Amino acid sequence: MGYRPTHTGITGPGSRPLPRRPIGRGADDGGAGPCVVPDWKRKRRHIMSEAQSAPSSGLAADSPRDGDAARHAGTARVKRGMAEMLKGGVIMDVVNAEQARIAEDAGAVAVMALERVPADIRAQGGVARMSDPDMISEIVAAVSIPVMAKARIGHFVEAQVLQALGVDYVDESEVLTPADPHHHIDKWKFTVPFVCGATNLGEALRRLAEGAAMIRSKGEAGTGEVSNAVVHMRTIRAEIARLSALPAEELYAAAKELRAPVDLVTEVARLGRLPVVLFTAGGIATPADAALMMQLGADGVFVGSGIFKSGDPARRAQAIVEATTMYNDPDVLVKVSRGLGEAMVGINVSELPPAARYADRGW
Amino acid sequence: MSGPRIGVLALQGDVREHARALAAAGARPVEVRRVAELDEVDGLVLPGGESTTIGRLLRVFALLEPLRERVLAGLPVFGSCAGMILLARDVVDGRPDQPLVGGLDMVVRRNAFGRQVDSFEADLDVVGVPGPPVHAVFIRAPWVEKAGDTVEVLARVAEAPVAVRQGSLLATAFHPELTGDFRVHRLFVDIVRSSGSGR
Repeated sequence: MGYRPTHTGITGPGSRPLPRRPIGRGADDGGAGPCVVPDWKRKRRHIMSEAQSAPSSGLAADSPRDGDAARHAGTARVKRGMAEMLKGGVIMDVVNAEQARIAEDAGAVAVMALERVPADIRAQGGVARMSDPDMISEIVAAVSIPVMAKARIGHFVEAQVLQALGVDYVDESEVLTPADPHHHIDKWKFTVPFVCGATNLGEALRRLAEGAAMIRSKGEAGTGEVSNAVVHMRTIRAEIARLSALPAEELYAAAKELRAPVDLVTEVARLGRLPVVLFTAGGIATPADAALMMQLGADGVFVGSGIFKSGDPARRAQAIVEATTMYNDPDVLVKVSRGLGEAMVGINVSELPPAARYADRGW
Repeated sequence: MSGPRIGVLALQGDVREHARALAAAGARPVEVRRVAELDEVDGLVLPGGESTTIGRLLRVFALLEPLRERVLAGLPVFGSCAGMILLARDVVDGRPDQPLVGGLDMVVRRNAFGRQVDSFEADLDVVGVPGPPVHAVFIRAPWVEKAGDTVEVLARVAEAPVAVRQGSLLATAFHPELTGDFRVHRLFVDIVRSSGSGR
């Protein structure tokens, strides 16, 4: 078992792309070509070569391949590993460079660049799309931490654009208006890793089968109401516990019920958890909300509208970061919860008409 | 049979993977979030994660000075990726106010290999790790830009040092905790054992 690397082949100038080999699938998926957008990588390689020509050792390296074995980028281990490094951290929605700086100052492990926070998408309506590339580039330039950005469900060209922009993680997100009512993006085709939302285990495993390297609960974004995130987290946890208790011969029928590949189902049953990082998202508005989700088993927290729709974003951002680290320490939680000013007003999820529920988007 | 008690700084990052690797390498791992927990350990791992976040939390939770004192007093420490940055004397391409623990006489370049799309895996020979090459996972990884005379370079990628040791301080730009090959952790457990503070 374990990981099988998915080579997308950027082992160096002039090298041949290696065949991709998805995890959790028995064979090559056949036919998909090399990674679509190599320009950024070439650019980086050029920058790297320049940087390497002047290290203090005085040993100029004219090629990044000198003296070491082939490098493999875009592998499943590298994609999933990136998410492992975000654990215990908070990823914050930002709509401009200034918000991104506030988030970084507060101790965010990454920022999520988007055009409008979910609360505004709800309020203003209309079609929600990938952000303006200029805005993403400004955010990338403004902060030193990883930058994520959202693509519409099924909109693989938006994802190609985000990869070419040098974004570190793509969120195939139900918060944006879905572009394809049947198919999600084939995420194996990309070097950039993807995070996807899930309301239950079957949905999470379908996203993994498509190549997602990180899962988050869907919550109900833009409401400031945490109940859906709680339900998703409890559901996923309970379904995993149930799988782990099943005898091996019953996993086949379980896979059928979950509408998920049997080898992924078997892997989850054996591990007792998802084979990737599981964050929480949707409706987190206070330090206590973040700690609640961590105690329910989340590996980390996405905060959307909860920070920049509140009275004092910088303080609230710091408080949520500290609460996420010390989620088990009520004394710290008391301290960080004081004096934060107004939380976002929020919307009760039960009052939302079905068409306004983002968590139902995705299949 | 009880191995040395080795802490994993658990403010943010891939704490679980390091704890698992330490256990497999014969140590007793414990999570460290408070000074009292830091006082109890014979060695410490600074995990992979976001170095600016971990540094800020070290300051917020008043762990930075106690940790610096223990490092000065000879506490064995192993840092991977963000942990390597935290052990450096200085950082290039970091944030100007980024808190560092220090201890290792080196300057590192943060995100030296590029962004996530440039993250990669490669096989490396690492000095002090016997057997076949170590399969190394680099994720938005740093490299060592400048190292003092007392710093031994254990491995390089394209001439840039990516694994170093100075006495009982060990640092890698890659993530040995992610591969299931625990030889680097075994090397660190041996360093802790031979540093003699075994309780």
